[in-house]
Amino acid sequence: MAAPIKLSVLPVGSSAVIREFPKTGNAFIRLREMGLLAGTVLTLVRTAPLGDPIEIKLRGYHLTLRKSEADHVLVEPTA
Amino acid sequence: MAQPSPNAAPAGSAAAHRQPVYALVGNPNCGKSTLFNALTGLKQKVGNYPGVTVEKKMGTTYSQHGQPITVIDLPGAYSLAARSPDEAVTRDVLLGRRADTPPPDRILCIVDATNLERNLYLVHQILDLGRPVILVLNMMDLAAQAGLNLRVGRLEKSLGIPVIACEAVNGNGLVELRLAMSRADLPLARHAWDVPAPIAPAVSELAASLRENDGKLPLSARAEALLLLTDQDSVRVAGSAALSPRTAEILFAWQKRWEGEGMDWAGALVGSRYEAIGELASEVVLQTGAFGPTASDRIDAVVTHAVWGWLVLGVVMTALFLCIFTLAQPPMEWIGDHTALLANWVKSSMPAGDLRDLITDGALGGVGSVVTFLPQILILFFFIGLLESTGYMARAAFIMDRLMSRVGLNGKSFIPLLSSYACAIPGIMATRTIEDAKDRLVTILVAPLMSCSARLPVYLLMIAALLPNDRVSLGTKVGIMLLMYALGTVGAFGFAWLFKRTLLKGAPPLMIMELPPYRLPRIKDVCLHMVERAWIFLRRAGTVILGISIVLWFLTAYPKAPAGATPTAQLAQSFAGRAGHLLEPAIKPLGFDWQIGIGLITSFAAREVFVSTMGVVFNAETHDENTTPLRDALKAARWPDGRMLFTPLVCLTLMVFYVFAMQCMSTLAVVRRETNGWKWPAFQTLYMTGTAWILSFVVYQAGRALGF
Repeated sequence: MAAPIKLSVLPVGSSAVIREFPKTGNAFIRLREMGLLAGTVLTLVRTAPLGDPIEIKLRGYHLTLRKSEADHVLVEPTA
Repeated sequence: MAQPSPNAAPAGSAAAHRQPVYALVGNPNCGKSTLFNALTGLKQKVGNYPGVTVEKKMGTTYSQHGQPITVIDLPGAYSLAARSPDEAVTRDVLLGRRADTPPPDRILCIVDATNLERNLYLVHQILDLGRPVILVLNMMDLAAQAGLNLRVGRLEKSLGIPVIACEAVNGNGLVELRLAMSRADLPLARHAWDVPAPIAPAVSELAASLRENDGKLPLSARAEALLLLTDQDSVRVAGSAALSPRTAEILFAWQKRWEGEGMDWAGALVGSRYEAIGELASEVVLQTGAFGPTASDRIDAVVTHAVWGWLVLGVVMTALFLCIFTLAQPPMEWIGDHTALLANWVKSSMPAGDLRDLITDGALGGVGSVVTFLPQILILFFFIGLLESTGYMARAAFIMDRLMSRVGLNGKSFIPLLSSYACAIPGIMATRTIEDAKDRLVTILVAPLMSCSARLPVYLLMIAALLPNDRVSLGTKVGIMLLMYALGTVGAFGFAWLFKRTLLKGAPPLMIMELPPYRLPRIKDVCLHMVERAWIFLRRAGTVILGISIVLWFLTAYPKAPAGATPTAQLAQSFAGRAGHLLEPAIKPLGFDWQIGIGLITSFAAREVFVSTMGVVFNAETHDENTTPLRDALKAARWPDGRMLFTPLVCLTLMVFYVFAMQCMSTLAVVRRETNGWKWPAFQTLYMTGTAWILSFVVYQAGRALGF
């Protein structure tokens, strides 16, 4: 089992399971409602040409968020 | 004390007396507008919700038996826990909180069948409301293409509500939908969802208090309680009532207790909803096809590529501006010619007099100078609609976000600001896609600093007057022009940065945005959107424009000069001429005299009017505009002491002034509409014109000191 890492440093193209998600904060309630929950599988699709924001795929759709938010999400890369 | 609430009005019982009201709700990008257009056709009314700048769209459709049905097209929302004014309106209408909108009797929930799980989150919240719901699974064709097999019957059975498979784009499923909408009775959902055990008592207690102390209907009290626990109404808009003290007390008590226990209640609620949705989806959605990259993924590999992405963005934007400047030109000339023809016709068929002049020079002249920009505005609206409906808008925001974040905005401000290079009006009207109210206001405030096409004639005239045509290379002229564009752009971003740090300091900016799959645009919807936008502009700005045009005409036409005076003499002794004189002490430090002052005043109709005003001020006496170009007339202009008026330095200063000054009544009228009052347009005029004065002063005085 790989150790949890920040979503912001997940390599492009790899998948991961969300392990820890911040409980409070404006952004995080919305991200949760968009389906980012502990246990959710996601794939890091790409980063924007200038390195930020990032694009992830989860539950069959694509979502973009900034690295400043992704920094607070811990994920466990899957093989 | 029970607080009066709009919710206290009887809702369902009134249905027998008036036509039934359906609210149409769904996530953004699920095809909601297409369905709304398909249902209501052109029977739509577009306005604003009072007090908020959120579009209110209502339409009429007909039941199977020809009975009219009202449909309210609510703004797209991901959740009832609102994050933007748009979502707050959706929440408030659904909860019957808005006195200005009839509480919906029934709810039409539209979801994107290709992305059922996340779309069902909002549906799940809506089922809490205890009102009859019809679920529309849109884009069934795309779901099939993606290898998804949706068992509609199973979903219908699990939820206990009508579920309609639909392709709004081709009109498939509309008959079935209309049939369902015509049913006299609709079953309530079998909404078997257990609130997590530790939270359940809080929900009941809050719901009871909401009924007793806030006057909520039993129907919606539980939904309101759940909403309070997911997220306190962080976005309040005009028309929504505050919580009663007793309910707030209960809420804080529970929150405090849970915080002590280290419980994540909001997370538990969202999580348990997604659990229920997950179970439902696993029964209903069968993945038959292989995963693999979709067409959208393949397009994105190029469009958001580190290198190709910029190229695509550049090509799209170049195409946009080429279209505006080439396609808009003939109709603009046509409108210009025909307003002139119309004015001539009025002149020849009416007896000479003030009324005739009022019509020809005031109303027709002023309104004509604004309507001339309509083709360009229409093309911009069309392009913005196209970018939005294909999904490219979100990509442009994705690519530009990093740059925009430097000044505290997010990528969504990019297209509105870019459009403002052609005309600030569509740009400002396009800011509605920006969720954060403060980001949106900042974008509106700085958009007119982007050099629009109405400034072009002024720049061209000044460059011509600044440089003798024959001796200077084209490169120098283009260079000066680009410098002005750059100056405006730097100004816009500088002020955005300043406003985000001072006046409109907000929560840290966010960029949580869905990247919807690319879709073929539906030209009919795009055109409908374009016409709607243009109509709003004409209707809302029209009265202001007409009013100001007449005032401007009055200022130039009165008091009357003795009979036989030349237009130049008439203008010189008119109120505008006197105002120019009055203005002279203020603009003399910029190197401008009273005659230029007149131009600054008449520019309020549209900046390009400066050119025609200068024509009247300096050139009309010769009665020979063709052989004496305006440029030479300007070069011949002198101060009373014989100094040259339009020195190269003055021309440059005047350009700088036009880059920054707020001189466009149409923009002001639109800003008033988009910000709900005169406060922000007034602020905008002050800060822009103030900056224009200061920078022009600096340029002129520094130039003088350097010996120019």
